[in-house]
Amino acid sequence: METGVLNPDHYPARRAARVVQHYLNTRYGSPYKVFHLDTVHSATAENVTDSGRKYQVEFSVKDMISKKSVKSSAEVFFPKLDEATEKQLQELWYQQQRLQQQHTPVVTISCQEPLAIDTKAQEEAWYQQNKVNQSLVSQNLPDSHGHIEPGMEPLWHLGIVASSFIMLNQSTENTLYNMAQVANVTQLETENEQLKFEYDILLHDMVSQEIPRWRMQFTWSPTEGVRVLQMQHLPKCHNCKLPETN
Amino acid sequence: MKMCCGALAVVLLLLSVDAATIDRVEYDYFKYHPMDEITKWMTQIEKDYKDIARIEDYGHTYENRTISLLKIGLETGQQKKAIWMDCGIHAREWIAPAFCQFFVREILQAYKTDPKMNEMMKNMDFYVTPVLNVDGYMFSWQNNETRLWRKNRTPGPRNCTCFGTDLNRNFDANWGTVGVSYDCCSNTYCGTSPASEPEAQAVTKFVGSRKDDFLCFLTIHSYGQLLLVPYGHPNFTADNYDELMEVGLAAADAIRQVHGKNYTVGTSPAVLYSNSGSSRDWARMQGIPLTYTFELRDKGMYGFVLPEDQIQPACEEAYEGAMHIITYAYNKTFNGAVATAAAAVWSLILAVGVTSATLM
Repeated sequence: METGVLNPDHYPARRAARVVQHYLNTRYGSPYKVFHLDTVHSATAENVTDSGRKYQVEFSVKDMISKKSVKSSAEVFFPKLDEATEKQLQELWYQQQRLQQQHTPVVTISCQEPLAIDTKAQEEAWYQQNKVNQSLVSQNLPDSHGHIEPGMEPLWHLGIVASSFIMLNQSTENTLYNMAQVANVTQLETENEQLKFEYDILLHDMVSQEIPRWRMQFTWSPTEGVRVLQMQHLPKCHNCKLPETN
Repeated sequence: MKMCCGALAVVLLLLSVDAATIDRVEYDYFKYHPMDEITKWMTQIEKDYKDIARIEDYGHTYENRTISLLKIGLETGQQKKAIWMDCGIHAREWIAPAFCQFFVREILQAYKTDPKMNEMMKNMDFYVTPVLNVDGYMFSWQNNETRLWRKNRTPGPRNCTCFGTDLNRNFDANWGTVGVSYDCCSNTYCGTSPASEPEAQAVTKFVGSRKDDFLCFLTIHSYGQLLLVPYGHPNFTADNYDELMEVGLAAADAIRQVHGKNYTVGTSPAVLYSNSGSSRDWARMQGIPLTYTFELRDKGMYGFVLPEDQIQPACEEAYEGAMHIITYAYNKTFNGAVATAAAAVWSLILAVGVTSATLM
């Protein structure tokens, strides 16, 4: 694998920068704030003897709601995977897998002030509205034609944020993840002042071209952000019965 | 008197109907259309542009549906140079067939208004396949569970219950070597052998039988905002790589000028991933000089489910990119040498003329 200065247009830099996007969304994303990688300005890579590979990237991300662009830099460390873990990750598409914590990339960002895009009022309003009602339900965000029902956008955004936890956890130098679609959303009973949801999410990995399906339960509030309770990879199988959630 | 006026009225009506065909309200190019509507549209185009558009059926899918293209160009009775464009080799990439339809409309309109396009249509034919993977495309329209289908619909070989071969891994171009899976359930399953799939065979036969005519082979996909040049295998470089990059970068500039979107240009192994068996690689190996894979909008926010309100801008920018490549290919073949020589001669004449004028 390449080391030293990387071409920012080439895939090693692009994949590493995408991981940073996932990280940013897990840390700062909300129903009203979702970052998407815009440009990679520069990147370097180095081998860290026996333990993995480290990338430095300078990049711009755009908040898709406010359209504000943020330039930043980050370090991404991909831990070296033993053969067994590597194989398990590749076979993810065909079997249910439990999460392996040890392969998660480690991201450190250095951004100046930039993520202070103020969304507090909207988040609070949405939170209050749904804390009591607890009846949000939706499917296919976006639908087949790319359409999102008015009022459902925060659920879509929240889906991207939550799925970023999975995408971050599952990323390696051989993946490039985006969330393809929220297949299903059910709001569950509010727990400890946190809105609680169950989501069925479809991811797209550009490298394998597969569409892994995951089921997640998580909570969200303006102060706590997203906290993941459960994530489960669902089998890709036309005749399979989807497992029950308890 | 009355009969004469009646006849005049009828003539006027016919003239106005003919003029209105381009602006016919019915077809919305900025909505996604299911296969039956696309087929109807092709028939309408052929009817409305009888002198320059013709449908040609050139193959069939696994489920025995016809694969058709629109051949657009002035009929001269001679073998002409040609441009190839195909869309929808991957079922879920709905923006691609939308682009092919838009492209057809644009060139047909330009034929009437733009002298350059008019000239190109005299000297070249455009072969445009709006949907190559018809079975897959129709399958992706069935319901929400099928929307993200990629491959064709050939059943797997014995012992494998999954369906579909990745048509863009099935062509006879370093087939089965890199960036593929031999697992028939995988989305990059390359098939049982090179061009085992009827859809790949259709392209292979049609383009292969007249490969020396083709100046340009463009295959349209989504998503990613990329212009990919051959080859997908990291160990092979196209002998005109520099030209491919130069023209590609200029095409990306043309794209950016429309709506500010950045398209990255490069080989697949550099920019995206290694792969083998792509139609683009096959076309380049046939000797077609300018072969590109277009990956249209977006960069992953919506991905395959690009909203309909982005169809227009996505098509407009891709059109400029495609036309840049096509115009370059055309000029190189028809005007290139002549134009350069003519310009040189004129410069010389003018220089001599000026010199002799001052002397006198």
